[in-house]
Amino acid sequence: MMDEPPELQDLKIPHIPLRLIASIAAVLLLLALAWTSCYTVQAESEGVVLRFGKFLKTVEPGLHFKLPFSIDHVTVLPTRRQLKLEFGFVTPGYTNPYQPGKDAREERSMVTGDLNAALVEWVVQYRIEDPKQYLFDVRNPDQTLRDLSEAAMREVIGDRTVDEVITIGRQDIEISALARMQELAKRYMLGIRVDQVQLKNVNPPAEVQASFNEVNKAQQDRENAINIANGDYNEAVPRARGQADQMIRAAEGYRFKRVNEAQGDVASFNAILAEYVKAPEITRTRLYLETMGDVLPATGEKIIIDDSMRNLLPILPLNPKPLEKR
Amino acid sequence: MNKWGCLWFLLIALVFAVLGTLLGCFYAVYQTEQVIITQFGKPVGEPIEEPGLHLKLPIIQDVNRIDKRFLEWDGSPVAIPTRDKTYIHVDTFARWRISDPKTFFVRLHDERSAQSRLEDILGSETRNAVAKHDLIEIVRTDKERKPLRDENLKNAPIGLGTIGVLPPIQYGRVKIEEEIKTKGAKKLAEFGIDLLDVRLKRVNYNPDVLGRIYQRMISERSQIAQRFRSEGEGEAARIAGQKERDLNEIQSTAYRQVQQIRGEADAKATEIYAQAYTQNPHAADFYNFLKSMETYRKVLTKDATLVLSTDSDLFNLLKRAGTKPSNAPPAR
Repeated sequence: MMDEPPELQDLKIPHIPLRLIASIAAVLLLLALAWTSCYTVQAESEGVVLRFGKFLKTVEPGLHFKLPFSIDHVTVLPTRRQLKLEFGFVTPGYTNPYQPGKDAREERSMVTGDLNAALVEWVVQYRIEDPKQYLFDVRNPDQTLRDLSEAAMREVIGDRTVDEVITIGRQDIEISALARMQELAKRYMLGIRVDQVQLKNVNPPAEVQASFNEVNKAQQDRENAINIANGDYNEAVPRARGQADQMIRAAEGYRFKRVNEAQGDVASFNAILAEYVKAPEITRTRLYLETMGDVLPATGEKIIIDDSMRNLLPILPLNPKPLEKR
Repeated sequence: MNKWGCLWFLLIALVFAVLGTLLGCFYAVYQTEQVIITQFGKPVGEPIEEPGLHLKLPIIQDVNRIDKRFLEWDGSPVAIPTRDKTYIHVDTFARWRISDPKTFFVRLHDERSAQSRLEDILGSETRNAVAKHDLIEIVRTDKERKPLRDENLKNAPIGLGTIGVLPPIQYGRVKIEEEIKTKGAKKLAEFGIDLLDVRLKRVNYNPDVLGRIYQRMISERSQIAQRFRSEGEGEAARIAGQKERDLNEIQSTAYRQVQQIRGEADAKATEIYAQAYTQNPHAADFYNFLKSMETYRKVLTKDATLVLSTDSDLFNLLKRAGTKPSNAPPAR
């Protein structure tokens, strides 16, 4: 290795630095030893220790020691942290490198079960459940999760109509996709637990958005037409019912009135009759005269003729006053 | 001095050489890999799968590390026509594993050539499978699934065509994936590769077809929109009709009841009067008289001209005479 170069120089600068170099080397070695034989595991994480590449143990958060250099190798995994994958959109400021996809536009475009196109954005929440499996059974488990999540979501969307996808079936889709992803994650031995699938924006493609809005508008129009008609109905019918009740009540009132009046009349008549029967002749005369006495003073024109006078006609027209008055 | 120096260096070199050779006897097998030892490029012995520290001959034996984990294969998207001649982009991915490292090492040597072999085999199987099926078979999975229907369209008749209906399928996506996997697995087995799974990651319309697809979507939607509008107008008309009907019913029923009540009332009154006035002969007589008197009061107002005969009851006391005011009973 370093056989030939120092021959001449070594002669000139011999003994003194050798010790210094040796001690510096020793210190460096010690430092490296110290540096590589301790490590910390953060609170949300777990450490997996390998000795000569073989799994040794998992360790809990805290300060730990290991054999130096690469005899022991430690991988720290955030097993207690909820990790997130985004599909079809990207939220800036992520720490998980797998969180955004490579091509959001490709990710969100899908074909529904009735062969319509739809744009679906969603989020998958997951956690590293089994660090051993996560590290040793699958290469790139996070990317695998991304792939299978896309496949599972498309499988679910592919079995649903565009109406289900966009409006009524969202929850159903989340549940089915979650179940499917959990099943696949297990089958692929990812060591990952899928906790949640959430649909974000789900839209028809921009080109057909207008026609979807048109349907919404038409739906509103329908409700509107029905509401107006109901309004008309409600304006007229209850009033008519009230008025009908009014008429019936009035008629009932009329009945009371008629009957009561009749009974009243009859009662009064009966009372008078009782007296009348005792002296009919005189009562009649009295009543007749009383009536005349009341009536005659108020009467306009009074003509008294003798019984023997047969013809009235010549007289009447000679008196213009009552005719004028009339 | 010179001599000593040379000696020192020889010694150091020797130590390094021995150390290096000794170290060359050891190698670590990681948890994630298996190792094939080759001697002058030729595999020796069985592959080592046990992780940890192992021994080998220095210098002449080499360590070839082969991954033991499930590996990814992400196919490049390909444009394929389906059996019903729709061009689609299909993006596939697979999970695979080197199950027979020796065969794998001999036939493919490394992962890069494995990836390109996967691309060849799975790519062509995907093409075959897709071209053999209609688009709907690739999109849908569950034969039995009945879609949820929009409450608003629930009573829509069959005339609505494809809206809210899933076209029927025979096989479905998962079956087709299965088909690709089985065929691919058979071919890959001879490379020492175990295929765990093949999935269609993305199936999308070719941009050239999209225009037509959009057109169809738009016409479907406007059909629904028209239906909503017409439903609205129909329902409004029905309500207006109901209004007419209810109004007529209410008013005529009321009229009938009113007439009935009034009739009853009049009948009752008539009965009461009749009963009172016919209770005895005097009553009828007296009633006639009273009514006449009452009528006089009404008829003889200040506008009336009264022609009184001296022969009336009024003057009877003055001079005996008689008259007959309309209904008045003569009292002569």
